[in-house]
Amino acid sequence: MTATPVSPYQGRPGGENVFARITENVARIAEAPRPPPAWYVAFGISVALLLIFISNLALVAWFGVGLWGTMHPVAWGFPIVNFVFWIGIGHAGTLISAILYLLRQDWRTAISRFAEAMTVFALVCAVVFPGIHVGRPWVSYWMLPYPNQMGMWPQFRSPLEWDLFAVGTYATVSVMFWYLGMVPDFATLRNRAAGPVRRVAYGIAAMGWRGSSRQWHRYERAYLLLAALATPLVLSVHSVVAFDFATSQLPGWHSTIFPPYFVAGAIFGGFAMVVTLVVPARQFFGLASLIQIRHLELMNKIILATGMLVGYAYAMEFFIAWYSGVTFEQFAFVNRAFGPYAWAYWTMILCNLAAPQVFWWKAARTNVWVSLAVGIIVNVGMWFERFVIICTSLSRDFLPSSWGYFVPTAYDYLTLAGSFGLFFTLFLLFCRYLPMVAMAEVKATQPSARVR
Amino acid sequence: MTVHDEPPPRIVAPSAPVLHGLLAEYDDAATLLAAARRVREAGLERWDTFTPFPVHGIDQAMGIRSTVLPWLVFAAGVTGCLVGLLLQYWTNAVDYAWIVSGKPFWSLPANVPIAFALAVLSSALTAFFGMLVLNNLPHPWHPIDLEKRFARSTIDRFFLLIEAADPRFDSVQTRAILDETGPVLVDVVHEDTASPFRTPRAVIHGLVVLLVAALVPFGLLAQARATKSRTPPIHLVRDMDAQPTVKAQQAFPRFADGRGARPAVGGTVAREDQLDEHLTRGTIRGAASRVFPPTVAADRANMGAGRRAFDTYCVPCHGYVGNGDGMVAQRAEALAQGIWVPPTNLNQDHLRRQPVGQLFLSVSDGIRTMPAYGPLVPIEDRWRIIMYVRALQRRSSATIADVPAAERKALE
Repeated sequence: MTATPVSPYQGRPGGENVFARITENVARIAEAPRPPPAWYVAFGISVALLLIFISNLALVAWFGVGLWGTMHPVAWGFPIVNFVFWIGIGHAGTLISAILYLLRQDWRTAISRFAEAMTVFALVCAVVFPGIHVGRPWVSYWMLPYPNQMGMWPQFRSPLEWDLFAVGTYATVSVMFWYLGMVPDFATLRNRAAGPVRRVAYGIAAMGWRGSSRQWHRYERAYLLLAALATPLVLSVHSVVAFDFATSQLPGWHSTIFPPYFVAGAIFGGFAMVVTLVVPARQFFGLASLIQIRHLELMNKIILATGMLVGYAYAMEFFIAWYSGVTFEQFAFVNRAFGPYAWAYWTMILCNLAAPQVFWWKAARTNVWVSLAVGIIVNVGMWFERFVIICTSLSRDFLPSSWGYFVPTAYDYLTLAGSFGLFFTLFLLFCRYLPMVAMAEVKATQPSARVR
Repeated sequence: MTVHDEPPPRIVAPSAPVLHGLLAEYDDAATLLAAARRVREAGLERWDTFTPFPVHGIDQAMGIRSTVLPWLVFAAGVTGCLVGLLLQYWTNAVDYAWIVSGKPFWSLPANVPIAFALAVLSSALTAFFGMLVLNNLPHPWHPIDLEKRFARSTIDRFFLLIEAADPRFDSVQTRAILDETGPVLVDVVHEDTASPFRTPRAVIHGLVVLLVAALVPFGLLAQARATKSRTPPIHLVRDMDAQPTVKAQQAFPRFADGRGARPAVGGTVAREDQLDEHLTRGTIRGAASRVFPPTVAADRANMGAGRRAFDTYCVPCHGYVGNGDGMVAQRAEALAQGIWVPPTNLNQDHLRRQPVGQLFLSVSDGIRTMPAYGPLVPIEDRWRIIMYVRALQRRSSATIADVPAAERKALE
């Protein structure tokens, strides 16, 4: 060691050929004796938030959901806003992994692992909220169809039951997809491992993968099949989440545009989250040669495109409210933009519609800090979108005597902040111990890998 | 296929190494591809290549037949879809028929999302675990792991292994084939007889014991479900089964004052104390009043309001002039079900003679089959209805003497 400790991640990775350099670039992060100081700071904050999250959930489980501001007429409040927010974040991962894989978009290989990890962690955050929102989380299993002494079965025609199956399937498939992609990379880390603990740990995770061509053949076929299965799944999951709203009779929710509008919003928010995570990770861990500006620019273009789709949906909701001639619908939308929640509505418009417009300029698209800023702003905007949809419609019931105004409590805010703690704790552990970039996939896209 | 499957040999003394195969190393994919073609042409069967990433074209070069996996996945998808439909049909339409918004018990479109989710779930699980099973994974130990150089197979090097178990394997000839293909190095791989690292027998036994022990809770659950017991069920979370209950007129420590009976909220007064007997009950010192309360004056405004309220609440049964021939009554008569009690004709003599207070009480509290309108119609409006009923009664028994003198001529 020299007197001035150099971060093990910076500098050109060694290696006699491109494959070795790619391996070195990614594997040295997981193999470094200790992460950079910034990692410790971020991890400390995240774990603190995670503890706040756990203690808040425990308090709510013990004292009941009365701790939240969730109260008639706004019976859905923060937990469902957070659920839809996190589940939306998860969508970009599968989109990048599955849909772009089927479309043979090779640029996805640089960011696919990030996006898949993000999906899994966002799903972990998402499923907590309906679980605690039911009020008695210890009987959440009642949603499952199992023979019981009451002789009852779940109501399978309820969108909330569809949610259980759609989100459960999505979580299972996402975890398998993520893990399957990592198996060859675990084998790489196992083969490079210096000590027995790492060798055994990565060895168990790699399941004895040795890269046999006969195994690769079935592996690639399985990966393709999972991608083909995940593609309709990713579109269906947020559609089902949208059904929770669209099949109700509430003005502002009862709308056929909801499923595609939600899917577009989910991809929009998910890509923004990928950018938010990728930019610091590539700066801190020296992955700039793998996750290039070109990849960032492509993601920003998708953010711009899906942002416009979301903007179209906002406009179309207003148009249909006017065109349908339904007084209640018209009131719901005028109330959304100019009622008591106007502040939230215009925050959403500014964040989701105005902010991504900077990406029309190439200089903005290719600037990491502008991308990071827009990514964060869009995430704020997407959270407000769900808040606006849920709170404005619920707070104005059909009878003015049933009107109300949702006021979150400290527990609401702390639970929301805490869920980010859970997300970032998992993400930082991922950055520290798992292969952050799909090494085998990146290698396969190199020119020297294409032989005949 | 592997040494792992065979019973581990007990090593007493170092024995002669057993040949496993020949391992050739290449430094680029193109050379490996050419080597694979060469080895295949030589007619060898038990051999494999190892690459850090899937090399395209190697399937054809090695003659790997297309895997059966997609068919397994397809079958699993169809099964999952059918199971999903059957599950929903049997549970929601047969075993526990749910009535949802008056829809039929079985309405396919609403059952599509779950059937779809289960189809995807079962096919994805099959794709994942099918790949592992077909690939013989997990596969912890292999003789080539002993080759130090082989560690680079997942990094940047390409390997080709021909097993000695191949019927056409010949240590000289096969080696010559490999040497022709331009390898960096060809090495001999021995069976792993010396390595002490095997799954210890105790670990395997421990896992078996754990597996059996894991079944015990399920057994206990099954037993509990199948047998009867006099002991109360165990509640991990007691919910509302066990909660403090207030017994009437008894002490209750949860309240600060320790009394079970709660005192009235401050400022509460008894309802009777506030009532104007004439206005609210239509009585004066207990007897039905013959006059209207002073707050309901006999004027055109009150009469008009009375008519509007009468037309709203009373007309459906009693009819517009109070003869008991409203639309509801007519409809009921037409149905002739024999259970209909006709509404009262308000223009009967005994009702004309009834004090207004008693009529008011009938409207407020209901009478015979007529429900109470007290909770529905404001108190002054009920008095106004009585005022209008009086006018209707007067009208139905009117004589020429009731017509003002000025109008009388026109009638005559």
